[in-house]
Amino acid sequence: MADEKKIGAYICKGCGIGDRVDTAQMVSIATRDAKAHVAKEHEFLCNADGIKMIQDDIDNEGVNHVAICACSRRAKVEAFNFDNVAISRGNIREGVIWVRPDTDEARETTQEMADDYVRMAVTEVKFMERPKGNEEAVYNKKLLVVGGGVSGMTAAIEASKTGYPVHIVEKTAALGGAAARMYKGLPMKAPYDAPADTGVADMIAAIEADSNITVHLNSTLTKTSGAPGRFSADISTESGSTTTENFGAIVQATGYSEYDASQLPELGYGKASNVVTQAELDEMALAANGGAIKTKDGKDINSVVFVQCAGQRSDKEGHLDYCSGHCCQTSIKQALYFKEQNPDVDTNIIYSDLRTPGVSGEDFYRAGQRNGVTFTKGEVAEVVQDGDSLAVKFKDLILDEDTAEKADLVVLATGMIPNGGVNIDEVGQDEPGQFTVNVDSILNLDYRQGKDLPQLTKGFNDSHFICFPYETRRTGIYTCGPVRRPMDGAQAIEDAVGATMKALQEIENAGKGRAAHPRSGDLSYPSFRREGCTQCKRCTVECPFGAIDEDEQRFPQFNEARCRRCGTCMGACPVRVISFENYSVDSVGQQLKNVDIPDEFEEKPRILVLACENDAYPALDMAAMNKTEYSAYARIIPVRCLGSVNLIWITDAMNSGYDGVILMGCQKGENYQCHFVKGSEIAHTRMSKVDDTLQSLSLEPERVETYEIAITDIERAPKLINDMAETIEKIGLSPFKF
Amino acid sequence: MAKKEYSFYPGCSSQKAASGSNYQTSVETMCDVLDIQLNTIPDWNCCAASIGYAEGGELPRLALSARNMALSEQASPGQDIVATCAACWLATRETKERLNADEELMKETNEALAAGGLTVKADQNVRHMAEVLIEDFGFDELGKHVKKPLEGIKIAGYVGCQTNRPFGIDGESFENPKYLDKLVETMGAEPVENYDKKVSCCGGALAFSEPEKSQALIKDIIEAAYDGGADMIVTPCPVCQLNVEAYQNDINAKYKTKFNMPVVYYSTLMSVAYGKDRKQSGLDGQIITPKQLEEIAK
Amino acid sequence: MASDAINYYRNNFLKEVEANVEEGAWVKMCMQCGVCAGSCPLGNAWEHTPQKIFMMIRAGKRDEVLSSDAMWMCTSCYNCIARCPRELPITHIMHGLANYAHRLGLAPKNQPTRKFATMFWNNLTKKGRVNELKLGIALYFMNGLVNGIKVAIKAMPLGMSMMKTKRLSPMEILGGHGIKDTSGFHAILKKAREIEDAKMKKFD
Repeated sequence: MADEKKIGAYICKGCGIGDRVDTAQMVSIATRDAKAHVAKEHEFLCNADGIKMIQDDIDNEGVNHVAICACSRRAKVEAFNFDNVAISRGNIREGVIWVRPDTDEARETTQEMADDYVRMAVTEVKFMERPKGNEEAVYNKKLLVVGGGVSGMTAAIEASKTGYPVHIVEKTAALGGAAARMYKGLPMKAPYDAPADTGVADMIAAIEADSNITVHLNSTLTKTSGAPGRFSADISTESGSTTTENFGAIVQATGYSEYDASQLPELGYGKASNVVTQAELDEMALAANGGAIKTKDGKDINSVVFVQCAGQRSDKEGHLDYCSGHCCQTSIKQALYFKEQNPDVDTNIIYSDLRTPGVSGEDFYRAGQRNGVTFTKGEVAEVVQDGDSLAVKFKDLILDEDTAEKADLVVLATGMIPNGGVNIDEVGQDEPGQFTVNVDSILNLDYRQGKDLPQLTKGFNDSHFICFPYETRRTGIYTCGPVRRPMDGAQAIEDAVGATMKALQEIENAGKGRAAHPRSGDLSYPSFRREGCTQCKRCTVECPFGAIDEDEQRFPQFNEARCRRCGTCMGACPVRVISFENYSVDSVGQQLKNVDIPDEFEEKPRILVLACENDAYPALDMAAMNKTEYSAYARIIPVRCLGSVNLIWITDAMNSGYDGVILMGCQKGENYQCHFVKGSEIAHTRMSKVDDTLQSLSLEPERVETYEIAITDIERAPKLINDMAETIEKIGLSPFKF
Repeated sequence: MAKKEYSFYPGCSSQKAASGSNYQTSVETMCDVLDIQLNTIPDWNCCAASIGYAEGGELPRLALSARNMALSEQASPGQDIVATCAACWLATRETKERLNADEELMKETNEALAAGGLTVKADQNVRHMAEVLIEDFGFDELGKHVKKPLEGIKIAGYVGCQTNRPFGIDGESFENPKYLDKLVETMGAEPVENYDKKVSCCGGALAFSEPEKSQALIKDIIEAAYDGGADMIVTPCPVCQLNVEAYQNDINAKYKTKFNMPVVYYSTLMSVAYGKDRKQSGLDGQIITPKQLEEIAK
Repeated sequence: MASDAINYYRNNFLKEVEANVEEGAWVKMCMQCGVCAGSCPLGNAWEHTPQKIFMMIRAGKRDEVLSSDAMWMCTSCYNCIARCPRELPITHIMHGLANYAHRLGLAPKNQPTRKFATMFWNNLTKKGRVNELKLGIALYFMNGLVNGIKVAIKAMPLGMSMMKTKRLSPMEILGGHGIKDTSGFHAILKKAREIEDAKMKKFD
């Protein structure tokens, strides 16, 4: 009994559905056409009585597949949440009555829409299996933190406080990272008016006193394998000994290196004496330890010029084209080192745009001004030796004049370069079953797609700075601190807390076999029919998260815990052997085939819309809330990601007599908004080849369109549907109607 | 309402046969209707306005206002000091705030005042007459006394600078204060919506020293009033009133305009609406006659 | 190059301004946004906008600042104060700089507002209140007798209409308004001046 599918279809009459469409007819369609075992209508399905009606059928009638034909799958998620059953949703409210006019002429086509969505919901659930969960899921509470600077130490301390054991792997002989080489840090507490203790010593002490944290100094990772819940890391010391530890998740906090200032001879570095970088000045201040900072040759310093954006925010060859975020405040901090020692030392910060983000930054800027630090908007052209001291030639942009200042010391604010490991797009891969340690790699992953995290931009590791920070394209591995984006110490601490929280969530999710962001909680995972696989490798290459390795026989090896459940592998597979229990080539393909296609004499076209559930589908729902009308000929099927769209669906739709197909995915390319990073881009590439298929069927190419839709496109998305309806009117109905 | 009493700082322009004497006349008429008693500060002196700084410097300038406050504290203790002139109000209030905020300055100021046998505590509120009307009476109360609503007159509310900045009327924005428009409405007239030059500068004291530059500003102020369909301009400031009304001939000559825009005080509007005659309302002090008001005040 | 560069962008002049100019301690707090320059009704008439004046002070350009015509263009409209995101009392700083330049004798000689300000102060301090007629006459003649007559003739119609509306009285020439306790008043101002002068710090 338990294995036999028993489908219950439930039609809601609430929210005006009952006034607009014939629900009794929909009940009979559910049973007669779509073969539901039970079909019922209800005045108000999401109220306690309606829920009870469904639950009673589950409990007493053996219903284990439920098709709810009411509102959008995005609404009433909590009410329509039944344990141990497969659930599909027919969108009668947002998908039908809210996008159609309440007129006599529209009644017939509106009813046809509603009837089709009932057929589709029942068909979908018929081809779904209730996810059984991953039996290979491993719960391992241990967290690996790579890097022992401020970010890494914060991650370790926070995870330990939450009750998770931590190992820190640190390449050098001591914890502390870049901050340990500073005299003081930026202020982290109100009133944010003076350089403050970096906090490094306290953190080191806290870690040493914490039996829950194990520190590996002088150590690197020579191999990292596995998946969330079952990562295995080879931790090797400088002397060559290796220990292997298992971890649930990984936080990479490998920090930054300072830009090489010797590439800036025009600013005097390496040519004139007493031109130093910010990091070098901090080392000088650390050595002076509160006493007067002297030049290298032991002279007093009476005037200091800080040159902001040295070799950064610049398009010049060899320069960094981004802003490193902390340098303005670091110069204020360092100017205050001098002012605290002797207020009569002249300090001038020459900037093009002073950037001191956040409340603390503005307060600190004001503190610098209050203490007499001069801030000059200008562009430094040249720093040259001038007798015993230096001449800084610059253009004062406020006074609009070329001028110069004499200084005893010049400090260059050079940028941050992430310690992000090897760029896997440029480094060749090991053969399956082979593995060689790459000394430049940080993680030495034995993944099919390379040894380190894919870099998002300019060497920084993240998958999307704004929408899903800390997430990388390697599930269960999170980045924080300056390896993720340029930042200061306070931001690194905040960053580490965020990344650690993500890592701990993933430890818990992996332990239960559940997906991570954005399909958090999904228990299904892809599986494939080995006997049908042609070893074409498309799935292993296209998976945006490197989840699929190859086994020694060159078959794909799915690492369930690394999978985000986007279905890009399913979309990629030319022989359609990859599927999820609750999402498959059939669960979508059969839906589109079960739409009632009127014959050509009825002159009612059908438009298939495959809409990404992340942005396009919500945009259409919101359009419905605004009561934006669109064509009654559209039938919309949500997909997990455009990357999951298999070309067979397009071919099937064309063969079934659809007149047009629209694919709606997220923005792709450099500023992508695809929740699975590459899915939309891959889909666009695949669809660029669909014209050949259409031509082989003698169909016009404009019958299939692929669009990038943002969640805010609530006017554009319905318009694109209407545009397709117009196109069809122009070019005529499909000849494939039977 | 019971009689209200204030310590009153009239200022130089309000004196008999001075440039704002008609302002004073209408203020007295308005206060009479509202049952306000103004207790003039005995032997008050000039505040140095906004031009005394260059020769006067800081402490001597502040000492001028401090002397007035000291005299007010003696004569009308516990009362709020009220000024009708924007510059008088600003200088006095600024002095009060500076003295309250800076002990050293308070000490030096009292040292100076001691030479004239005075001491100052700076403990009285310093308010503009407009604040008194809005906060102590309110538009409803001000409206109750209207006998002859100023129907059919369209008026541009020119707030100007110093009544508005840096202190302004509590709850009003610096960029678009509304109280003058509401007062116009309360008196039964129609305010010009979105009067573009409502808080623009007329040149102030620079109307004397830099007449060309100032008159260019004044031209814009009048032009915007015409653009808004105004029959007249109303203002709470004697410098604004004088500058905008008095130079229209010069401006007409220079810019080939045909300006003939009356500029009245709010107190004149109120006095007329309260049913007072031409003289009581200070209309005899207008260089450019507001004919509609004259008609009502007949 | 070396000698030119030596005195610029030092704090010397800033310290002088902080010590001797009313509200001068605020100058270093300017963040160079330029809202003051864009908000000034006579902004286009300024040789240097307040934003530039502040930068010049920080760059150590003492002579150029103190001899500038700029501060004298302030109409005291307070728009810059109302809008300054850093809440600098810009109007007062401009007044303070003008006063300081005036006291040091470095302000431009024939600056009309400078002359008018002196007349105004002298007029009001004489009897404690302003005598508008005398002030007006002094104003007309501030650029010499011949020019004064021209200006006065030009202003005749205005003067006449002011008299006609009883807003200017020829009788003021004979004495006019004043306070009673002029000796106490003068003693207060004298003392205030003494205190202020004593506080003034010497800079070269």
